Amino acid sequence: MEKYISLAHGDGGELSHRLIKDVFIESFGDGDSALFDAASVDIPVGRIAVTTDSFVIKPIFFPGGSIGKLAVAGTINDLAVSGAKPVYLTCGFVIEEGFPISDLKKIVHDMANEAKKTGVSIIAGDTKVVERGSADGVYINTTGIGIYELNKGCSLEFEEGDAILVSGTIGDHGVAVLGARGELGITVPINSDCASLNRMLAEVLDYTNGVRIMRDPTRGGLATTLVEIAEDFRVTMKINELDLPVKEEVHGVCDLLGFDPLYLANEGKAIIIVAQQEKEKVLDILREYPEGKDAVVIGSIVGKEKGQLLLETPLGSKRLLTRLSGTMFPRIC
Amino acid sequence: MLEILKLSNNPEICKPLVEAVIEKAKEFQEKFGRKPALMEVCGSHTMALARTGVKQCLKDDVNLISGPGCPVCVTDQRSIDAMIALAEEENRIICTFGDMMKVPGSNKTLLDSKIAGKDIRVLYAPVDAVKVAEENPDKEVIFLGIGFETTIPILTLMVGEAEKRGINNFSIWMTTKLVEPVLRYLLDAGEVNLDGFLLPGHVSIVLGEDSYQYLVDEYHISGVITGFETAELLMGIYKSIELALTGHAAIVNNHPAIVSKTGNQVIHQWMEKYLTKCDEAWRGIGVIPQSGLDLKPEFNRYNAKKRFTVEVGEPRKTKCRCGEVIRGLISPDECPLFGKACHPMNPVGPCMVSAEGSCAAYYQYMRESF
Repeated sequence: MEKYISLAHGDGGELSHRLIKDVFIESFGDGDSALFDAASVDIPVGRIAVTTDSFVIKPIFFPGGSIGKLAVAGTINDLAVSGAKPVYLTCGFVIEEGFPISDLKKIVHDMANEAKKTGVSIIAGDTKVVERGSADGVYINTTGIGIYELNKGCSLEFEEGDAILVSGTIGDHGVAVLGARGELGITVPINSDCASLNRMLAEVLDYTNGVRIMRDPTRGGLATTLVEIAEDFRVTMKINELDLPVKEEVHGVCDLLGFDPLYLANEGKAIIIVAQQEKEKVLDILREYPEGKDAVVIGSIVGKEKGQLLLETPLGSKRLLTRLSGTMFPRIC
Repeated sequence: MLEILKLSNNPEICKPLVEAVIEKAKEFQEKFGRKPALMEVCGSHTMALARTGVKQCLKDDVNLISGPGCPVCVTDQRSIDAMIALAEEENRIICTFGDMMKVPGSNKTLLDSKIAGKDIRVLYAPVDAVKVAEENPDKEVIFLGIGFETTIPILTLMVGEAEKRGINNFSIWMTTKLVEPVLRYLLDAGEVNLDGFLLPGHVSIVLGEDSYQYLVDEYHISGVITGFETAELLMGIYKSIELALTGHAAIVNNHPAIVSKTGNQVIHQWMEKYLTKCDEAWRGIGVIPQSGLDLKPEFNRYNAKKRFTVEVGEPRKTKCRCGEVIRGLISPDECPLFGKACHPMNPVGPCMVSAEGSCAAYYQYMRESF
């Protein structure tokens, strides 16, 4: 087989056929759906959840994951935090001419692996090849389909005293990717937290009807996601700086560059807002999973008028947190 | 080291320190009939005081005034416009600290130019600019050299590296600033009444404790060299008020583990080898004689100002009062633009976007709309 992707791999002819057979079907498998232009699948009666996300990341392989793992886990998590059980995924690839086929195989393998681990089937896909220089390696879009189970899910109704939980340390993905780019001039011993959370979150929803909302704090970080919830649902939240789970290495990099872990991306974390009386049991459930072992309560709903996010500092003073405003740049000193 | 950092932010240590500072401040107020007024010289101090909540905890008892120590904020508008204009020419790569990207020029920012296709690179390790030059021999690579004594040594390292590698397409646009001339300017102008300075720990590593003696000898004002963690900040403030109460001016080194009496001699030698004093224009102040450092004439080949000409018009006039903020005359929220026409997504002045800007610190950490 050829070593690099060429424009001919995207022209629908023999090379396209071989690419699909040797790379995609090899990893994803070949169901009946491969015989038609569209996949045909069964879904139970009721409501489905649909989400789509495009993945562009530099570098494509990073400690703890790859664009492939991310493209599956990211979409699965969007379904899972919405309270749906992820069942099907589709994927679309835009590949730059000259991209190594061995790398593509690794990416596809990572996708298949993550899908298998989470019990999700990849049922349709597409590949396009663009000229060298028109894209940066490979971009992947995944669309996910999930199923809502009856009488299970998030109430979206909040009460004062509701607990705000986060399923583990924040900022790991942001720092791992920054380190992997090799521009920092230092080695950062941190893995991305990239992981699918569907089984863990499903168990939380199985246990209680007290979950108000779940979200995954990806781009913009924990603070931006919480501000969105506060504004969308007109609730005032207070989180405690001392309770925020941040790895020492992440603290170190942030101190050095002037970044704030509250605004760094996560790819395997969930925010769960839950009735006060359920928080301990939910923590117990989360901590049974490797991806939830560092779960903690970071704050609570303190009011329902203003729609604000407050941070209490270790000295006891409070400050207002806002969305991330533009790109974070490293500081001068 | 991490253990020490953790202790420095431990509320069980810091909360009693806040109480102690407030008690000392009340003592001062009883004696002098006003709050003690201290200036934190450095932008990193401003940010740390706001982020940790120290400013908020002490707002009724201590007047903490932000000083002229944010390198981006004190760069005058014409210089900022010139640096943005530098990027307009073909065949150039502009390398910069991240802080400069969003700083508003009269017409646009470097970020606007980057979006428009200019090759502008934010470097995490500035010395990488020399590598960029080596990898792009057909382009001129220009580093935007802003900064105080903490950053200036890095600029000399870059020149040293370019010399060593024989790189000729690398240069620095020098607009550096020195701490002493601007402190003298503020004290001579007498516009703001101060009971002491919080002196920056990192600048002091370079300068050394003795370099501040002129504050005591000539101006009879104290300075406490202070670190950036919560407990260190509080101890610096406590010590400053204590000194002001005694009426005895002194320089106190509250960072003795890393700040020596005479500073870092190796860095001094590097700076002497490559640099010479020059007049510099400061935002909101104007030209202060001998307040910056430029490359010595024998290193003109690395001096972008000698190699390239940039034409900029008169800077656009705005109602931004950054100049007065820098001089400690007004607090950020006293500027009529603050939080309205001027906010981080639409900054009118550099103080609102720099990682060390006092308006940015105020906007991000001290707005009390709850």
